[in-house]
Formats: sequence, C-alpha cells, structure tokens
Amino acid sequence: MTITPVSRKPMSFVVPVVALSGAVAGLLVGTANGSAALGILIGAVVLAGLAVLFMTVLTDKRMGRWLTLAIFTLAGFFLGGLSGLVVGLLFGWFFGWLIYWLAEGRYRASLPPYTTPMQVLWHYTFRVICGAIFLFLITPILVVMPLSFNAQDFFTFTPEMLRLDPAGYSLKHYVDFFTNPDWQNAVWNSVTIAPVATLLSVGFGTLAAIGLSQPHVPFRQVIMAILISPMIVPLIISAAGMYFFYSRIGLQGTYLGVVLAHAALGIPFVIITVTATLVGFDRSLTRAAANMGANPVTTFFRVQMPLILPGVIAGGLFAFITSFDEVVVVLFVGSAGQKTLPWQMFTGLREQISPTILAVATILVVLSIMLLTTVELLRRRSERLRGLSPG
Amino acid sequence: MTDTTDTGPVLAADGTPLKKSLSRALRMQKLRALMLIAPLLIFVLVTFIMPIADMLFRSVENQIVQETLPETVTALASWDPATGETPGEPVYAALARDLKVAVAAKTHTRLGSRLNYEKTGISSLFRKTGRKVKKWDLTKDAPFKEKFIKIDKDWGDVGVWKTLKVYSPKFTNGYFLNAIDMQKGLDGAKARPENQQIYIKLFKRTLFMSLVITGTCILLGYPVAWILANLPMRTANLLMILVLLPFWTSLLVRTSAWKVMLQQQGVINDVLVWLGLVSDSGRLVMINNQTGTIIAMTHILLPFMILPLYSVMQTIPPSYVRAAKSLGATNWTAFWRVYFPQSVPGIGAGSILVFILSIGYYITPEIVGGTTGTFISNRIAYHISSSLNWGLAAALGSILLAVVLILYWAYDHIVGIDNVKLGG
Repeated sequence: MTITPVSRKPMSFVVPVVALSGAVAGLLVGTANGSAALGILIGAVVLAGLAVLFMTVLTDKRMGRWLTLAIFTLAGFFLGGLSGLVVGLLFGWFFGWLIYWLAEGRYRASLPPYTTPMQVLWHYTFRVICGAIFLFLITPILVVMPLSFNAQDFFTFTPEMLRLDPAGYSLKHYVDFFTNPDWQNAVWNSVTIAPVATLLSVGFGTLAAIGLSQPHVPFRQVIMAILISPMIVPLIISAAGMYFFYSRIGLQGTYLGVVLAHAALGIPFVIITVTATLVGFDRSLTRAAANMGANPVTTFFRVQMPLILPGVIAGGLFAFITSFDEVVVVLFVGSAGQKTLPWQMFTGLREQISPTILAVATILVVLSIMLLTTVELLRRRSERLRGLSPG
Repeated sequence: MTDTTDTGPVLAADGTPLKKSLSRALRMQKLRALMLIAPLLIFVLVTFIMPIADMLFRSVENQIVQETLPETVTALASWDPATGETPGEPVYAALARDLKVAVAAKTHTRLGSRLNYEKTGISSLFRKTGRKVKKWDLTKDAPFKEKFIKIDKDWGDVGVWKTLKVYSPKFTNGYFLNAIDMQKGLDGAKARPENQQIYIKLFKRTLFMSLVITGTCILLGYPVAWILANLPMRTANLLMILVLLPFWTSLLVRTSAWKVMLQQQGVINDVLVWLGLVSDSGRLVMINNQTGTIIAMTHILLPFMILPLYSVMQTIPPSYVRAAKSLGATNWTAFWRVYFPQSVPGIGAGSILVFILSIGYYITPEIVGGTTGTFISNRIAYHISSSLNWGLAAALGSILLAVVLILYWAYDHIVGIDNVKLGG
C-alpha cells in the first residue's frame, strides 16, 4: 500500500548506509575467518562499490540483483564451502534487495509523507527489534529439528552437519525411538491415558458448562471458582496434594489414579471454551425444538450439540494436550507402569542419556503444528456458524 | 366480571397464583442447572479439592506421637522441663509399655524418622531401643529408667524428652515454623541457626526470579504485541503463528531445546565461538544457574504475556495517538501519555498471569536451573520424593498456595476470570 510518492535518493545517502550494512556483515564474516578489521573494510568497500555501480551504470534492476547474488554466493562458497554458499546466497539476496530499496526510496512508501528521517529510522529499528524477539520465540523450536537428524550422539551441530555432508545426518534417533521398548511403552501409556482423561473431562465438562450457562444458577461464582481451580493452583501443589490423598485411598501408582488426576486438570479448559461458545448460543432454538415436541435429550443432541461442537472439540483438544504434555502430576501420582512420554523425556533430560529426545521433540512439534491448524479451522467454523445464527 | 378482574391475584392457566407458579418454574430451572453441574462438581471435589484439603491438613497434622506412645504422652504432661531434670520413673515405665506395643506393630521406626526431622539422632535411638525393649518383661524388669539410659545415654538427655513433649499434641505448627526457618521449642518459636536457614532464602529467590521473568516478558512482549495489533490483519495473523506455535509446543520440547542451546557445548556458545566473540576456553556458562532458568522460562511464558497484551492493544484506537501528535506531542509524549496508559490493563493481566505461572514452575528450573536456579517447588518435590518429610512439603506447598490464591484474587479483580482467553 503506497501512501507516499517515492523518489530516487541521492548517492550521498545511499552509499554510506549500504557501506555501513556491508561493514556489519563484514564484521561477522571477518571475525569468523580471523580478521575483524579486514572484514569490515572489505564489506564496506564491496557494498559501496556495488551501490555506486547500480546507481550510475547498471540501472537494470534485475541484472543488478542477479549480479549481487552471484558475487556473494561465489564468495561464500570459497570461504565456507557448501554451507558458506547458503549463507552467501542469503546475504546476496538481502543486499541486492537492500540497495534498490534504499536507492529508489521505496522504504518511505508505506509511511505517511510527513514523517521525519528520525521517525523513519525508528520505524525500521523497531521492526528489527520485533524481528529479533520473534526469532527468540521460534529459534529453539527450529534448532531442535535439524539436530534430531544428527548422526552422532551429540546435542550440538557436528562439523559434518555444518558442511551439509550427508554423512553427518541420519535417522538413527528416529529408529531408536520407534524400536526402543522404553520409548514405545511411554508412547503407549500416553496414548492410553490422554484420551480417557479427555473423554472424562469433556463429558462432565460439557454438561456442567451447559448447566452453568443457564440464566439462574445459585452460587455460580463459587462453583466456577472450584471448577477453574485446577488451572490456577500450581501443578506442583496439585501433584503434592494428589500424591498424599491418592496414596491414602490406594489410587497412587495406578492407571485410574493418573487418568482421574489428568481429567481434573483438563476440566477448566473444557469449561472455559464451552461456556465461551454457549455465550453466542441462541436459546430460542432449544425452545423452538421443545415447542415442536422434541424431548430435552433430542434437543440436546440434534440442536444444541451440533452448534456448540466446535467449542467442545476445542476444549477437548486443550484437555488432551494438557494430559499429553503433563509431567509433574504423573511423576508423583503415577508409578513406573504409567511412565508417559513427557515423563520419559524428563528422565532423559535429567540424566542426559540420548538425543532420541530431539527426535521425539521434532515429532511432537509436527503434532502441535497439526493441532494448531485444527484449532484455527475450528475457530473459523465456529465464527461462521455464529454469524449464521440470529441474534 | 368487568369490575372484579383487578382484585384477586393474577392466576396462571392451572389456577395457581402466577407469582407462585413463576417461582416454582424458576426453582425447577435452578434445580435442573444444578443437576447438570453436580456430576462435575463432585468429580472435581473428589479428585482435586480433597487432595488439596488433605495437603493443608497434613501440614499441621501430628498424630503419630500420640498414636504410637499414648501412655508416655499422658505421663509426660505432668513433667516440667524447666527443672532441667529428666522425667521420673513413671514416664520411663509408660515408655517401656508403649514401645513394647509399638515394636510388635513395627511402628516405632516410623515415629523415629518423624522425630528425626526435629532432632537428629532420634531415628537411630528408637531403632536401637526397639531391639532391646523387645526382650524385656514388663512386670519383672522394672524399674526402667536406668535400663533405658544404659541402652543409650540419650534417654538421659533432657533435649530428647523436650522434643517428645513439644511434638506430643495432635496438631502442630512445627512444619510451618520449619518452612519459615524457625524452630519450635517449649518456650515458643525461635529462629534457626544461621547455617540452617534455607527456606526464606528460597522463597525470596522464587519471588525475585519470578519478578525478573515477568519483567523480561513485559519488555519482550510489549513491542511484539504492539506490532501485532498495528500491522494489517493478514500479516498479523501470519506473525501470530510465531507466537502460537511455541505456545502449543510441548513444554518438554521447549525445555529440551533450551538445554541444547544453552549448554557449554551448545548451539549459542558454538555460534559465539565461531564468530570470535568468546574464546573457545571462555565459553559462557548459561545453564544450571539462574541465567538458564530466566532465559528458558521467559521464552516459555512469553506467549502468556503477548496474548492478553495483544487483545487489549487491539481495542486502542490508533486515532488517539495521531490526534496527540497533531496537537504537537512528540513521539515519546504521544506514546507515554496517550498510548501507554491505555495498554496498562493488558500489562497487568499479562504480568499477573506470568507471575502466577512462574512462581509454581517445577520442570524447567529442575532441568536448566542447577542448584542456584531452582524454585521453592523443587524443594517441595525433594521433600516428597527424597527426604520423605511430607509434613514440611505440605507446609511449603500451603504457603505457596496462599501466595498464588492472593495473586489470583488480584487477577480476578483486575481482569475477571471470565475474560481468560486461550490461544488468541
């Protein structure tokens, strides 16, 4: 969206700025290769030269960008082999874009015409800061994925991996995950515990949420506080309490105990999402159904349930994730027979046994991406349905 | 019939007064709502509230002394420890009778380890005495005082008897006193020696680190929330994925990622060495200390800050800042005097949420915290599974629970529990 007409900028502005960015890049590459000062100098000179060239002689934009790409890719390849080539490719793409972006004055296009140069500078500095924070958020998740294909038993990138040598990569941690009985037991336990716990919390939770959304409920605040409390109380306290109490009544160390504990932890999520969905539910629909002779059960399953289903499924997903991802409570309430996947990962991390954890982590990240997509789709569907229903 | 309609009460179709009929219908409705809620309420009460109540009970419960040594406790009631002398023969005789029963039921060792938390050495004293007492004949072997002191001279120590007397009531505040680095004595509570004080320090550290984590979350979350609220919808939704993906990813995955990245041979140190910013021998120590815990937990809790901030910032009209600027405010003034005050509710909501969550965290500090970066929750877990001092664990947990509930009450007042949103 262009709100300011752009104009070509003078060389006295573009060349120093580009040279500065080149110096920063040169500093990074220079220190990595032994000489920081030389790196700064080369970076600044090369970038300044390119800027002058593009602004005077080589005005064809496409040619210029391809040229920059080629220069940096080759330089990267000579300095750092195959992985250097990738870095060079990125640098070349970035600088080719940067020079023209600055020279054509396009950086002002999306800003109001009256912004001062300092405001423009701050605008882009702020974006860079935000970019860094986004990087902080996503890097840990991205780093785990390539490391899980490590051919060595290390938690770090080997020189072979950095050289993009196929010998540095393998699927052995995945093989270990799928063949090791410890991990398979853990998966089996997680898979048998989480769905049952989810079913319990969704079943009870949906009924209670419908009850809670009735217009006249005595002690509503107190009941809500009690039902939400498993989410508020720190897990370690829930775990301690459940451990003491369940060992009194003989549930500690049993499958049933873990399922009940996880169901309790998942209930607040079901309550919150389902009550939120019911806020937009049109009560006259149930009255209409009753008017036409449907009994309460039919009304519930044929009228109310289909409409609040997205909320119920979303709540169920939350409850499932809570149980599937939970480790503190199962650590205390469960015994070795209920060792779940997170528990196995926790032990692995504490004793640092094998990078199989990273393979598991990657699989779990893929699963969570799938879940995220599902929830997003459900949210859209729910909004669409709500848009359709009157009121 | 025209002039009598407004005299009597309005009647429903079946002839009952309308008011009564309405209240009956309302009562039915309330009852039906409660019937729907009841199963879940009972479920939560049994699986969750009762365990918490049990924990609170355990933090003051102390029946073991009275159950194991009932006669001794009664006999001890008349002993005055202020005289500085050991109790008389009746107490020792009562102890012999009690121990005889306890040894047969094998409960004396449990009592020994319970009292060992208060005075070290009692556990072995009880075990040793138990073996001897088993062979005694209660009628022929009297008097017992010398015999007990012959088994172990600790039985002639006033300190042991003081401990027994202090912990003979059914309920005690001893665990709570322990949890705040105090000691229970006959003459009231007093502070523990300097070198045994750990819990106050640990509570302070937990609070301090939670505050630091909350602070860094505000610092990092504010710009991100701002940019998400101000970018065009399409771009914002795309960037939102970068916030939601970590939010949805398993906690263990993120913790293990941080372990991988922060190690001395880890990714961050490798990059720094490669860039020449640190030497190979001077790799930074970023794990198993407070730095590790703070970095990892900031990352884990950041979405909980961004999401409430974002939803508040979305409601702030951008025209206000533009109006301020057109009236001559500088960028900073426009932000600080116009935009920031409107975003304060979001900061409040996010901060309390992050603080509540971080104060009770267990997994991440356990894995990346080492010894200096652990929280009070790690100590609770230690007392449950390793030192088996359940009473102390319960007392520590109760204090933590009280802190969280107060914070939660504040959260409810500032934001309202109904406004809790999940996943944007």
